[in-house]
Amino acid sequence: MTDGSSYREAVAAGMLPSEESHRALLQSIVDVARSIFDAKASSIMLLDTATDELVFEAVSGEGEGDLVGMRFPSSTGIAGWVLVTGQPIVIDDLQQDPRFAREAAERTGYVPRGLMAVPLVNGENTLGVLQVLDRSENRAFSLGEIDLLILFANQAAIGLDLMQTARRARAVAERGEGGEAVVARIAALLERSEDDVAALRLLEALEGVLSRLAS
Amino acid sequence: MSERLIPAWSLTLEAAGSIAIPAEWPDRVTKEWAIGDATGESVDVCILDSGVDGDHPLVGGIDSAVAVTLEGEITSIVPDEVGDVCGHGTACAGIVRSLAPACRLHSVRVLGEGNTGSADLILGGLRYAIEQGFEVVNLSLSTTKRKFAELLHELADDAYFRGTVLVASAHNMPVESYPWRFSSVISVGSHEGNDSWEWYANPEPPVEFFARGIDLDVAWSGGGTLRCTGNSFAAPHIAGLSALVLSKHPGLTPFQLKSVLYLTASNTGGSK
Repeated sequence: MTDGSSYREAVAAGMLPSEESHRALLQSIVDVARSIFDAKASSIMLLDTATDELVFEAVSGEGEGDLVGMRFPSSTGIAGWVLVTGQPIVIDDLQQDPRFAREAAERTGYVPRGLMAVPLVNGENTLGVLQVLDRSENRAFSLGEIDLLILFANQAAIGLDLMQTARRARAVAERGEGGEAVVARIAALLERSEDDVAALRLLEALEGVLSRLAS
Repeated sequence: MSERLIPAWSLTLEAAGSIAIPAEWPDRVTKEWAIGDATGESVDVCILDSGVDGDHPLVGGIDSAVAVTLEGEITSIVPDEVGDVCGHGTACAGIVRSLAPACRLHSVRVLGEGNTGSADLILGGLRYAIEQGFEVVNLSLSTTKRKFAELLHELADDAYFRGTVLVASAHNMPVESYPWRFSSVISVGSHEGNDSWEWYANPEPPVEFFARGIDLDVAWSGGGTLRCTGNSFAAPHIAGLSALVLSKHPGLTPFQLKSVLYLTASNTGGSK
């Protein structure tokens, strides 16, 4: 027995953009964040609720190409603190923190001077953390700057939420068995079909039958 | 008729005299009256955060340190053998110490057990802090989970009536979060100035006060300092100032303390 939403997710899964296009969205977010703050790097870390870890999902600048997929504990360190407390933080001389410097060097090979980190919150859920590393020293820091980061993080959170919804929907479709998978495959076939008039007519007839059964 | 010294739900005219509250308020409440020569002595301030490095020279020792652990949905309080898992709790403790050098500091660590269940850990830690009777609890954190809002609200009101002041950093994001929105806590955002002794009352709550929160050199676990910015550093300023007021004027209720902070803010005329 399934709840109604999994069929809807199955239909959505058949028509969803690919994982790659969502990755492109996240990459664009970190690229723009890096550009706005004239920073050396920017990254999005997503909370993996199954393992309770933070995972690098997108990186721009230093670490690009190496860090995606890297995992670390969800409630320690600066990113973990931001995730749990929901509070943005800006630190300007991180190299003074021996533990951070050591861990950053071990994980990424790059120890930033400064970091801005903000939680990615969508509704009630904190999905991850957006970081901007080594913003330009020529920029005088102000409350307006953190407000800008927060506004931008809000947009990133929406992107992340879309990606996670798509992943859940794809997981339904990829299960390969059960009603949802069939519905997902039909939706995908219709999406790819160039001549779907006959198929749609058949589905409309099926809809009529199902409506009578449901009433 | 039974004698009732402290009326619970109503007050008879005959009993009114029995609850006279000695009022030693000056004609004008000023900063000098509120915190002049105060040190925070005998006031217990709790840092509910990532743990505290008590050996840090800017923290100058802590009086107790516990951690909240979680098994299933059951939280337990255990002695903290780990210390600060981030550095932030040490920063908050250092800020409170810089303002209230003689206060007693207590650490309740609610981080380090994973993100799942973190709201339970925060609730468990807060419940413990209120039970201990700490006068001031610094909460540089918030949760967006609605299902915890009601429990947090009950705890915040419980603290308010038991005389524990909760100082919570405001969330400067377009989301609903708690506990800073509750009227029974003191909520704090950042002002852009660089004076730790300056605070402002906000005429347009829910953020009630603004304190220093930008470009601060704060203690960080490991012994050094970091230059930091965030509302999470503004809250411990008000926590430290609260400790000063309470050490000079013991027994003030959270309502009275908030009024004193309001009357002595830089924008309300009592800042001398």
